[in-house]
Amino acid sequence: MITLNINGKNHEIDADPSMPLLWALRDIIGYTGTKYGCGKGLCGSCMVLMDGTAINSCLMPVSAMQGRTLITIEGETENLQKLQQSWADLNVPQCGFCQPGQLISATALLNKNPKPSEEDIDNAMARNICRCGTYQRIKKAIQNTAEIKIKQ
Amino acid sequence: MAPIKNISRRHFLKNMGLASGGLILATSLSSFSHLTEDHLKKETFNPNLFIELLPDGRLILVASRSEMGQGIRTSLTSVIADEMEADWSRVTVKQATGNAIYGDQNTDGSKSVRNLYQSMREMGATAKAMLISAASKTWKVPETECTAENHFVIHTTGKKIGYGDLVSTAITLDIPENVKLKSSKDFKYIGKELPSIDVHDIVSGKAIFGLDKRVPNLKFAAIKRCPVTFGSVKSFDKTDVLKIPGVIDVIEVPRIIKPFGALGGVAVIATSTWAAFKGKEALKIDWDYGANAEYTTNTFITELTETVQKPGKVNKSKGNIDQAFTKGDKLIEHTYQLPHLVHTPMEVPNAISWVKDGTCEVWAPLQTPQAARKEVADYLGINQEKVTVNVTLLGGGFGRKSKPDYVVEATILSKEIQGPVQVVWTREDDIQHSYYHTTSAQYLKASLDNSGRVTGWLHRLALPTIKSTFQPGANYPLGGEIGSALNVPYDIPNMQFETGKADAHLRIGWLRSVVNIPNAFCINVFSDELAYEAGIDPLEFRLQLIGSDRIEKTKEKFKYDTAKLKHVLKKAAKNAGYGNSLPEGHAIGLAVHYSFFSYVAAAIEVSIVDNKVKIHNVNMVIDCGVAVNKNSVRAQMEGAVIFGLSLAYYGNISTTNGQVEQNNFNDYKMIRMTEAPKTHVEIIESKSAPTGVGEPGVPVIAPALVNAIFKATGQRYRSLPLSKHGIV
Repeated sequence: MITLNINGKNHEIDADPSMPLLWALRDIIGYTGTKYGCGKGLCGSCMVLMDGTAINSCLMPVSAMQGRTLITIEGETENLQKLQQSWADLNVPQCGFCQPGQLISATALLNKNPKPSEEDIDNAMARNICRCGTYQRIKKAIQNTAEIKIKQ
Repeated sequence: MAPIKNISRRHFLKNMGLASGGLILATSLSSFSHLTEDHLKKETFNPNLFIELLPDGRLILVASRSEMGQGIRTSLTSVIADEMEADWSRVTVKQATGNAIYGDQNTDGSKSVRNLYQSMREMGATAKAMLISAASKTWKVPETECTAENHFVIHTTGKKIGYGDLVSTAITLDIPENVKLKSSKDFKYIGKELPSIDVHDIVSGKAIFGLDKRVPNLKFAAIKRCPVTFGSVKSFDKTDVLKIPGVIDVIEVPRIIKPFGALGGVAVIATSTWAAFKGKEALKIDWDYGANAEYTTNTFITELTETVQKPGKVNKSKGNIDQAFTKGDKLIEHTYQLPHLVHTPMEVPNAISWVKDGTCEVWAPLQTPQAARKEVADYLGINQEKVTVNVTLLGGGFGRKSKPDYVVEATILSKEIQGPVQVVWTREDDIQHSYYHTTSAQYLKASLDNSGRVTGWLHRLALPTIKSTFQPGANYPLGGEIGSALNVPYDIPNMQFETGKADAHLRIGWLRSVVNIPNAFCINVFSDELAYEAGIDPLEFRLQLIGSDRIEKTKEKFKYDTAKLKHVLKKAAKNAGYGNSLPEGHAIGLAVHYSFFSYVAAAIEVSIVDNKVKIHNVNMVIDCGVAVNKNSVRAQMEGAVIFGLSLAYYGNISTTNGQVEQNNFNDYKMIRMTEAPKTHVEIIESKSAPTGVGEPGVPVIAPALVNAIFKATGQRYRSLPLSKHGIV
């Protein structure tokens, strides 16, 4: 059995230790907010927070995730919640499929860098693909979130 | 006006999933582009558009079209709510299952709002009139003393009653005739910037896309398909596969020879998607590659180029092109080459099918639930009534999810294992086994007189046609594939349009904007080339080419107005500061195109940094008639810029010996945030009926970019993608 700490709760799962975290989340535990997009760490749809940093869960075997603090799009952390609000306020999503991964990436950015420059945002978000092309709004939503936080 | 009926007490409503006890209005869809007198006189009433007002005040709209990011669920509900004076926040959407009762459910061709707008307004206005009537009966006051506002009917004395409380009276009323629609100046939601009704579910990860659907005892499947289109399995070895933990079974999938049939291959059934993927990798299959094993795109594009440089089949001719070319002071000819493309929606094709007791239930992201229903019924040999197709949210569609071959695959496997199974395509499957956007070679030739006016215009193209998917062997384009080139609205005395023969060796399908992509590219780039040959500014030259304000003759209901075409082009140029002095090394390229009955222009400002193009900004202008939801029109234009840039920079599906060479997002690349330019969108204010929005933005991007690069560098790129020229 493998124990995973996800969104503040421990889950004991019976999985092949080499199974990537993505599939344990989706097919065993039932957190389907984390998406499959490419399976090769190229698109960022599968991102989750591992100890506050964004990782591609399609590449990470569950065996390596024991003892880590994992947060998915269904989880609650300050920056994620603030970003979700900005995403809604600015109508960022089109189809919405990549947005959980985008939000996780943005959360990790603000965790590390509360006042990101435009270039910081570009570089941090370059790991995520949005086929609908919502980049302009994603950038604005991150900037808005950072500004609101600074004012508070 | 379309007939609207009060069907609150009809029994068949249970099948629609609507509750009893509410006020239910239905209409027979009068997609007004198809509405005829006969239609109106018809006595039979086949409702296909439904709204229900419940006693608790909730308003439910049955959405017959699929949501794939274009905002259709938001747009349709807002139109109803506006005319009905309902509180839009109390409108919920019930996604319709695939059923012929809804009329055309195909979500493609940028037509949902275009076709449903009028009917939705009439339904909303009718409901409002009935609620006012119900209130007047309840209060025993004249209707003229009652008005409707924000989910209430209000009497002149100030007393008010909620819509929900009027339901029991309203359901007993007849449908009023000649209901008046609101004046556009009174619109509360239509034409405004509305948030998406699904946004909170999306950002919290709660939204259920096809891949997220779960049913009890669900098994997962991955299928290995032949690397060459329409090849088949000779033999396979599953020994290693069955040793993988989680793998349950290995099953051969037959090819179903139909446009949307399964390609065939070998499936691995497992307890998790990952085990199925791993099993698929471990499969050893000996293939018969079949008839397409020699398809190599590099050779093929050369053949297509030779084809279009020789006379072809004349589809349209005006004046005398040969004479114009003989007399012309200057002759210019160029050939353009465009590659195959693939959709890559972020959500790969996937479907759950559950065959049991002579029925089948499907859950899948689908643009065409009715086609899926028919394919499933045909495969199982059962009546369509026994098949339920549930449409989930779509994680992008772009035309890929119009072709339900993946639903057929899931059904084959569910029948085999006698339980529910979810077929999941890997990204590699999606890139290597799709219905591809066609490749084409296009030859254009023009004559100029000594004042720089174009006197003759010849356009000849060859492309593997979409028709070949439906009629194997078809090798000349469909009318829809050449329309935008055939009807180029240029005021030139001698014009000719020809097509050449081209065989298909992949499944050819439609992708967002379809052949407007290559056609608009060639027309816009060639026009720009002519401007420089004539020594006239490209904007001025293009306006001259379009010529006088007039309505072009087409067979369509919507008028092709050259004044609108020129207007969007001039606006885009103006918004971009075209003609003003720009920073050193900067240049602006322009393109304009009419498709899906909308007019779109792009102005792209670039410079060259370290031999690579850098885009400083993109200005988009669209005239799509009434913009029902400005937020989603704006979003579609912003998205079209990225989609158009992805294909201009990187879009290329190539084959060697029939096998697609691209694998994943490493070699079929997408624009990422680092390359995404600032985009400004202007929506032309209009009172005309709404026209397409989802697709018409894409075709102008690549040509505007290529024209800008030429202006900045003097280098003309006549083939895509730009990555192969080293400029991106």
